[in-house]
Amino acid sequence: MAVTSAPIAAAGRQGQSWSHVIAFVVMVGFFAIAPLFIYPLFLMKALCFALFACAFNLLLGYVGLLSFGHALYFGWASYLSAYAAKAWGFPPEFAILTGAATAAVLGLIAGSIAIRRQGIYFAMITLALAQMMYFFAVQAPFTGGEDGIQSVPRGWLFGLFDLRDQMTMYIAVLTIFLACFLLIYRIINSPFGEVLKAIRENEQRAISLGYKTDRYKLMAFVLSATFAGVAGATKAIVFQLASLTDVDWPMSGEVVLMALVGGLGTVFGPVAGAFIVVAMQNYLAQVGQWVLVIQGIIFVLCVLLFRRGVVGELAHYLRIRL
Amino acid sequence: MFEICFPEFLGARCIVSQALFGQLLIGLINGSFYALLSLGLAVIFGMLNIINFAHGAQYMMGAFVAFFLLQYVGLNYWYALVIAPIAVGAFGVLLERLFLQWLYKLDHLYGLLLTFGLALIVEGLFRNQFGSSGLPYRVPDQLQGGQNLGFMFLPNYRAWVIVFSLAVCLITWYVIERTKLGSYLRAATENPTLVRAFGINVPRMITLTYGFGVGLAALAGVMAAPIYSVSPQMGSHLIIVVFAVVVIGGMGSIMGAIVTGFGLGLIEGLTKVFFPEASNTVIFIIMAIVLLIRPAGLFGRRA
Amino acid sequence: MKRIVSLAALAAVLACGTAQAQMSDGVIKIGVMNDMSGTYADLTGPGSVVAAQMAVEDFGAAAKGLKVEIVGADHQNKPDVGSNVVRQWIDRDKVDVIVDVPTSSVALAVNQIVKDKNKVFLVSGAAASDLTGKACSPNTIHWTYDTWALANGTGNAIVKTGGKSWFFLTADYAFGHALERDTAAVVEKNGGKVVGRVRHPFPATDFSSFLLQAQSSKAQIIGLANAGADTTNAIKQASEFGITKAGQNLAALLIFISDVKSLGLQTAQGLIFTEAWYWDLNDANREFAKKFAARNRGIYPSMIHAGVYSAVTHYLKAVSELKSDADGKAVVAKMKSMPTQDPLFGKGTVRADGRKIHPMYLFEVKKPAESKGPWDLYKLRATIPTEEAFRPIKDGGCPLVSG
Repeated sequence: MAVTSAPIAAAGRQGQSWSHVIAFVVMVGFFAIAPLFIYPLFLMKALCFALFACAFNLLLGYVGLLSFGHALYFGWASYLSAYAAKAWGFPPEFAILTGAATAAVLGLIAGSIAIRRQGIYFAMITLALAQMMYFFAVQAPFTGGEDGIQSVPRGWLFGLFDLRDQMTMYIAVLTIFLACFLLIYRIINSPFGEVLKAIRENEQRAISLGYKTDRYKLMAFVLSATFAGVAGATKAIVFQLASLTDVDWPMSGEVVLMALVGGLGTVFGPVAGAFIVVAMQNYLAQVGQWVLVIQGIIFVLCVLLFRRGVVGELAHYLRIRL
Repeated sequence: MFEICFPEFLGARCIVSQALFGQLLIGLINGSFYALLSLGLAVIFGMLNIINFAHGAQYMMGAFVAFFLLQYVGLNYWYALVIAPIAVGAFGVLLERLFLQWLYKLDHLYGLLLTFGLALIVEGLFRNQFGSSGLPYRVPDQLQGGQNLGFMFLPNYRAWVIVFSLAVCLITWYVIERTKLGSYLRAATENPTLVRAFGINVPRMITLTYGFGVGLAALAGVMAAPIYSVSPQMGSHLIIVVFAVVVIGGMGSIMGAIVTGFGLGLIEGLTKVFFPEASNTVIFIIMAIVLLIRPAGLFGRRA
Repeated sequence: MKRIVSLAALAAVLACGTAQAQMSDGVIKIGVMNDMSGTYADLTGPGSVVAAQMAVEDFGAAAKGLKVEIVGADHQNKPDVGSNVVRQWIDRDKVDVIVDVPTSSVALAVNQIVKDKNKVFLVSGAAASDLTGKACSPNTIHWTYDTWALANGTGNAIVKTGGKSWFFLTADYAFGHALERDTAAVVEKNGGKVVGRVRHPFPATDFSSFLLQAQSSKAQIIGLANAGADTTNAIKQASEFGITKAGQNLAALLIFISDVKSLGLQTAQGLIFTEAWYWDLNDANREFAKKFAARNRGIYPSMIHAGVYSAVTHYLKAVSELKSDADGKAVVAKMKSMPTQDPLFGKGTVRADGRKIHPMYLFEVKKPAESKGPWDLYKLRATIPTEEAFRPIKDGGCPLVSG
């Protein structure tokens, strides 16, 4: 895709990027010491969801497209990655790539249908397509129906690292997350990313400037789906299972919540949001049945009062970009 | 009586024409729920520019109100048919005043997110209170039994569902498209400032429209109570299908919503006979095809 | 942090006698994990915690000098939530035995973790017969029922009482297919005939179309190879379309007391199905049910609750004989070597593949006129003797026994 001649390329951003660097260092520092006092499996789960939320945010935060069906890419990637690792005996790196490729293809198909409409219609279409693929996942024999794909081997990463060891697995997940995070950051701040932001602000103007906005939107959609796929595929390896939960529509709702709580259109917001939501699900298991209600209340509060999200509010307060 | 056969890729099934009539009729019954719900969504969207994600939850509330009335107050189905839409509609009015009205100046997506949150709250609360195994609700005595139509046994209650929902749909269409009140509504959608200049209280009209749309969902819920079990999650799966129905029809017209609802019910009914494995997905597949051919939907105007 | 995943209100230290040095960390910790809020909450949920507590009390753990603690958690029917909870329970909270766990995806995931960590897993809630088949484990006992036992019990008994021709209404996914396959095999083995089937998508709300297809097949029995809301909706609509009145009978292959209760007798009457336990079968059960209901918001025990009670009782017996709960495999081996004996299931045994065996019962839902109380729902049609009730050990393909 030709993105070379972008007239609104990153201008005036350089002066601000120090805040990103500091925040990034803080984040990496946190992840480096976190396993000492937080249960590693929980951290890995949160990291997978953080990547998922970043992928989602790429679409909503930077192109203004609300996908209500991102579970489709997350869940199907986790199925394919689990299946590749278990049935075909793929090593983990190839299993995850298989999952990501699946998500990319699905993203291309669903994206080319969904970008034909804007706004609310886009949201409803992505939701409907995801639901359709959910039903396929229920019926398809290889997914194991309600049982899911179980006992997926974690295997040896690059034939060198034994992922059955909890800390090795954690480092692998953290590496995948950080690599994807930086890649997404790079995309957002590339000339391509600037065009996406232009589309978000005013699509008509972007069109009149000569951009084929549909192609940009589709590209962003596929990228977002692919990263969501990496997240889902990694999660399947970590938890050694793939199940219907990850393709069902509440999962699509959860990722919206993560991005919203953290802050739409912020770089670090989705990561914070994912940690908050995952922690809530885990640590609030005492109140078990109230999780749904609490999630709903947070949705309502975020929409009415904190549309900037946690990180967005913080950035606003400190007058920096995060 | 004749047989209709289908080729190999459709499962090579043959079906007797009489059975086919039965299946078409059943499709029409399910279509009436799609029609009622998508009509409510279209009315709300037309006026508020909001996609009401809580529609499924409000449909569920309608069914629960009917259950409460019977269980605790002793009021039967016929009372529920009147009281439930009013009660749930009033709840809708409350929601609009408390929450939705602050969002009209923002991106429409926030309306979707807010109503999604509301749907989660309502469903969660009902689940905590009533469990999720479902509650029984009897078909009203007057509509017990059924007619033997020769080609099928049609329960009286199902016949009532078709007739009544068709009537409600047509009355709604008439009010909005053919009466003075309706013309205010349509005008307010086009240009609220101008309508306000004529001395019409537009915010109140918006509030009441939302209440009305919600009431329609509750009405559908009451009608569903005797057929499906009354359970907190009865609305959440249905609403996604109804979204697809709305996308296929395009939300531009009231009649479009009604026709699409019934039409898709019929198509889904046929799928259940010839290719039952796909009956959950057929509406989504149609949606994808319609989007490729006619992105604005069958009855939609290109925005 | 210790209380991370425990339902604080439910956690209860039930005895504080002299701590025994042999127990890992001095306490026998029982983790009851199930669906506390979703579809299976009435069937398992907080009731299973109550059942476990009653088992500990009735066992007289305190008097025997055992210190027992019970924690509960909600897996929300999500396998990743479930495995997270179980790993934390075992790694940090020193839980020794996991009990109940409905939803086969979660149960299978837990099965693997418990095996890796050498603890004990007592399944009451999950139905998957794979737990004693392909996925069997030296650390797992499948206590109450499984899909094979239900399919077999219902199929067998109905064919023998004259229901020769069958039409299946099958949920179109792995579980439904398995249920249909197992039942069809039993039906045909006993001289019955399967005249047709229709696979409906899962989940579905409207069954009328499929029911009409079943009706035109003229089969005597319509077998419902589905579960939960699908089953109850199908039954409700069958009654609406007068299918049962016209002479066809419904056989539900997986249905529980909470489903029957929610359908109401008017709709469910005449329905035939298999269960492992019913509160009104004998005096011991009735006494248990009364005490249980008083502690569980008036809800009567399901067979899953009873199974939890029975499983915990047997576990405590084995542990107190071994005087150690540290080695999961050893505890399960001990449980397999001792005959089981408790007020609810009577005498029984645990097979080498981890299958607990006992009689199963074929029930019919009462007519409204026959019912004497809100929970008086079933009448007994037949008892399936222990040796016929469960899948023969050689057919399961469990690696533990095949070599």
